[in-house]
Amino acid sequence: MKKLILGLITALGLLSGAHASSGGGISWDKAPVNTSDVASLQNGAKLFVNYCLSCHSAAFMRYNRLQDLGFTNEQIKDNLLFATDKVGETMKSAIDPKQAKEWFGANPPDLTLIARSRAGHGGTGADYLYTFLRTFYVDEAKATGWNNLVFPSVGMPHALWELQGKRRPVYETKEEHGHEVHVFKGWEQLTPGTMTPLQYDQAIGDLVNFLQWMGEPAQNTRVRVGVWVLLFLLMFTVITWRLNAAYWKDVK
Amino acid sequence: MAEFKEISPNASAGAKLTNWFENRFPTMFDAYRVHMAEYYAPKNFNFWYIFGSLAMLVLVIQIVTGIFLVMHYKPDAALAFGSVEYIMRDVPWGWLIRYMHSTGASAFFVVVYLHMFRGLIYGSYRKPRELVWIFGCAIFLCLMAEAFMGYLLPWGQMSYWGAQVIVNLFAAIPFVGPDLALLIRGDYVVGDATLNRFFSFHVIAVPLVLLGLVVAHLLALHDVGSNNPDGIEIKGPNAPKDAQGHPLDGVPFHPYYTVHDIFGVSVFLMVFTAIIFFAPEFGGYFLEYNNFIPADPLQTPAHIAPVWYFTPFYSMLRAITSEMMYALIACVLLAGVLAATKLKLPSLFKAVVLGGAVVVAALMLAIDAKFWGVVVMGGAVVILFFLPWLDNSAVKSIRYRPDWHKYLYGIFVINFVVLAYLGVQPPSPIGERVSQVGTLFYFGFFLLMPWWSRIGQTKPVPDRVTFAAH
Repeated sequence: MKKLILGLITALGLLSGAHASSGGGISWDKAPVNTSDVASLQNGAKLFVNYCLSCHSAAFMRYNRLQDLGFTNEQIKDNLLFATDKVGETMKSAIDPKQAKEWFGANPPDLTLIARSRAGHGGTGADYLYTFLRTFYVDEAKATGWNNLVFPSVGMPHALWELQGKRRPVYETKEEHGHEVHVFKGWEQLTPGTMTPLQYDQAIGDLVNFLQWMGEPAQNTRVRVGVWVLLFLLMFTVITWRLNAAYWKDVK
Repeated sequence: MAEFKEISPNASAGAKLTNWFENRFPTMFDAYRVHMAEYYAPKNFNFWYIFGSLAMLVLVIQIVTGIFLVMHYKPDAALAFGSVEYIMRDVPWGWLIRYMHSTGASAFFVVVYLHMFRGLIYGSYRKPRELVWIFGCAIFLCLMAEAFMGYLLPWGQMSYWGAQVIVNLFAAIPFVGPDLALLIRGDYVVGDATLNRFFSFHVIAVPLVLLGLVVAHLLALHDVGSNNPDGIEIKGPNAPKDAQGHPLDGVPFHPYYTVHDIFGVSVFLMVFTAIIFFAPEFGGYFLEYNNFIPADPLQTPAHIAPVWYFTPFYSMLRAITSEMMYALIACVLLAGVLAATKLKLPSLFKAVVLGGAVVVAALMLAIDAKFWGVVVMGGAVVILFFLPWLDNSAVKSIRYRPDWHKYLYGIFVINFVVLAYLGVQPPSPIGERVSQVGTLFYFGFFLLMPWWSRIGQTKPVPDRVTFAAH
């Protein structure tokens, strides 16, 4: 029985690890996600409504759900509401989908669930977004003038370039299995942004944290309730275990 | 009509009430006695015997959570995805109900696979329990249909493209295929019509059949009595019994197995709720990441994989390439020749068998491999129905079988898990070869069972069940 339980636990570990290993392209950086850090989530929400919502929507997210992050309805109305005047509305974008398609070659995807849908071999969806938003670079060959390391030829221009400044990746040539390959080495800063690289990483961390929270606003409640449910079941299991033993002690 | 029972006017109010009901609805009281208080189950049940009760529990969870989900879900291609997110965000505790249902689907297959494996190793399908097993296999088949159609309802990318791929398989059937696929979809592509009919089947048609089959499964089981890890009949004519004729190796289901199962249920619920509250996506296995993107008929995902519980069968489907067909044709011809030369049959039959093998081989060459892939996938499930007549071992339980049988069952399990793993992965040349070998092993295990199950020295089966008092 013990062996069996141990086996099951190892099997679970293997399963959850199966999706985390291997992957192509550049590896994803670990996103500093902490959905109980209210200050970070608030900052992320501000960045989100200011920089993302003009092109992207979050069609399943209501403005007044931001109350969960400590904002009051008045604060939401005064500071975060641009496209509508009702706090009960969902976050629709201002952009016309047809125009967007013309400008970027694709509709900007809805961002409500972006952190959940982008998970994959490289890590969580948050890791992907954290890497994606920090690896834009100047590329004159592209229509928008921008390109991205984890999403080559992305249709989206660098919406946050004023904060980060313009950058270009530096490659070094290496020999691998007899072939010459270009390996990404680091960045060359072309023009400075309004933020230092450290501040920029922190801002993106907050934004991704918010996206992670928005993917499932109930996630903090879920974990909190889960602890109590498990504690209850633990006690209940002790009782049922003893009850079972009490009945079966007479069976010879 | 049954005799009316009189009760003393001095009896307690509770006893009087019970008597009142028993005189008017005796069937209920008989059922309680027959199926609970006086249903004697072997006392030597082990760990493996919890999964039947757990399957019942999960069925109830699925029905109850399903009822609440339907209150807010919209079976409409334009609204379905949004309504699921509405449940996840705006319906009070909606996220919990939805996660219970999505985790419940996977849990159902976990417990059912373990329940079936129990039947396999202890020979629970053998005489006189063939019908119990067949009802069980039918339940498994219904469950697969239920899960497949339910998976379309969230209307995410995987829902959509998974359904598209599977329904297109039916189009591979010669002559009727394309029309059949059209009939299932209700349209030329998976669309609103498909969503609506799948919804109807998922919430009404299949659950009704499923419940009927569960009742049949349990009634048939209680008629013939449960098997046990020793494979000994505790109610047989020679089995030891007490003065009232109750089996000495049995205990009344209630209270002994009810308290036993409540303990099992509480352990199960700890695992179940741990997943619901701490890892509802379960690393992308219970809720696939791609399914958080609304269905887009114009954008095919790079890699379409069914949910984990279908992947062993999906692997076998993918294993049937045109190359693999030659191996299968060789198997069919070899089987025909062996049957004609080794079996003691009238010469007319021999000719029929040989001729049949040649005709099948010709058809296998003539019809597209895709169709035979569908046949193999379906056959992998259908073959389970025949298990009672494939097993020729002298004993039921693995405990008294030759040791190498245990290893064979072990390899069977490993093979099944490997096939499941390969079904999740994108196709690869090595994966294809491994899954082809795995498919041949899976079918060889069952089709050759009439022979291999007879080989080897069985161990003596004791007269009484093996039981150590707690």
